Amino acid sequence: MMAEQTVAERTITLEVFRYRPEQESEPTFQTYEIPYREDWVVLDALNYIKDSVDGSLTYRWSCRMGVCGSCGMMVNGVPKLTCSTFLKDYYPHPIRIEPLANFPVARDLAIVLDDFMAKLVHVRPWIIRRQEEPLEAGEYRQTPEELDRYKHFSMCINCMLCYAACPIYGLEPEFVGPAAIALAQRYNLDSRDQGGRERMGILSTHEGIWACTLVGECTTVCPAEVDPAGAIQQAKLASALGWLRRVLVPWGNK
Amino acid sequence: MIHRSEPFWWLLFAAGGSAAAVLAPVLILLTGIAAPAGWFPQAFAYEHVRALVSHPVTRLVLFGVIVLSFFHWAHRFRYTLAEGLALKRAWLPVAVVCYAAAIAGTVSAAVVILKL
Amino acid sequence: MRAYSRPTEFNWWLTNRTYFFFVVRELTSVLIAAYMVFLLVLLRRLAAGPEAYAAYLRFLGSPGMLLFHLAALAAALYHSITWFRLAPMAITLRVRGRRVPGATVVAANYAAWLVVSLVVAWIVLRS
Ligand code: SF4
Ligand code: FES
Repeated sequence: MMAEQTVAERTITLEVFRYRPEQESEPTFQTYEIPYREDWVVLDALNYIKDSVDGSLTYRWSCRMGVCGSCGMMVNGVPKLTCSTFLKDYYPHPIRIEPLANFPVARDLAIVLDDFMAKLVHVRPWIIRRQEEPLEAGEYRQTPEELDRYKHFSMCINCMLCYAACPIYGLEPEFVGPAAIALAQRYNLDSRDQGGRERMGILSTHEGIWACTLVGECTTVCPAEVDPAGAIQQAKLASALGWLRRVLVPWGNK
Repeated sequence: MIHRSEPFWWLLFAAGGSAAAVLAPVLILLTGIAAPAGWFPQAFAYEHVRALVSHPVTRLVLFGVIVLSFFHWAHRFRYTLAEGLALKRAWLPVAVVCYAAAIAGTVSAAVVILKL
Repeated sequence: MRAYSRPTEFNWWLTNRTYFFFVVRELTSVLIAAYMVFLLVLLRRLAAGPEAYAAYLRFLGSPGMLLFHLAALAAALYHSITWFRLAPMAITLRVRGRRVPGATVVAANYAAWLVVSLVVAWIVLRS
């Protein structure tokens, strides 16, 4: 009995970034002391605050199981999916929660994600054919080996943790960025796709792959093991080799 | 111009990074520490080193690793300046100065090694 | 509603350990290139004759220069380790349609590094 009570009384402190544009022009940090539960994730703690302490707290979430990609926030300065980040990894220290870095803040922990959405579309993430096969020709077939070439680049859940981890995106908002380049590579490496050249024209620019200096944090923080840094390096190599081929064999341009 | 030729500079950077990764530690250990410290006196005797660098393969390797290391430096240094100091507006002059320095280094390396 | 933006400060790489080590990694290239300059001078002194060569070796033996070379060695080792670790990101090898795991590529890099270092040391030191 006694032991159970002391367990129930344990608390943890959350320092939460607040920004309410209608009432303040600068963000503040609000401190909440809430019950500590060993099996809670940061998102549970935020939901507890919203339900029982302060209903005005704004943030995004949906699936609670690491697949929708909407609950990304900075947890003690590191971009994390809050639905898979456990309080017990920080307890008894306080946890500081901020909206994903490098993005404008719409309200509290919710960021403006228009830029990211635009960048995803910008890299033409669909199968491009010089000429579509007629329907009677059947489906475009692909072997497991061919699928394996790009499969991990297709696992992205659009959580934007990689953009929050990338200092280059922070410094140069025009940078196409990790997830969008990984998505472009996902199609570049697809055996059914013929749009590599078109996409390379977008990627092999300063705002594309050449802004990247391989800090590597995008790959470190990615919860879906997409390895966007690898995608960018592979795109750099492909672009460089393509350039070399054009210089050495100028007549080889088909 | 530099924007368009980015793949070229990156290739030099990548080649330089690989060459330095494989060769720099052993070279530094040999010529920067072992030779001046007087270890292996016969190996670092004038005649012996002279004979070693008179071989065309030695010269080629030395020229390659030295020059590529310069371009490796130029590439990384210009990005670090532009990003580490957030000198985004000075991007082009920084790039020009860094690569010009690497090209100057290449010319002097060619002169020194040809005269060996 | 006005969105609040948080621009990156110029000292961003001092605010985070991994960013700091990233900048250290980039700046190892400065020490490596500086070493290559001293190596070039050594070759020049070598061409100038035995006295010039001996004098330059004495200069390289001064405490300041030894310290510099120790720092350059540390930088070069850090460069090698990080370079080999990142190399499998750019180059994915396939054997019979299967991706060779990154750890294997890194191990192969280390092995090649060791062999080349030993060969170079052997060529220079055999007398
Ligand atoms: S690449 Fe990874 S970190 Fe980036 S948005 Fe996709 S899942 Fe998230
Ligand atoms: S709530 Fe869907 S990923 Fe966290």
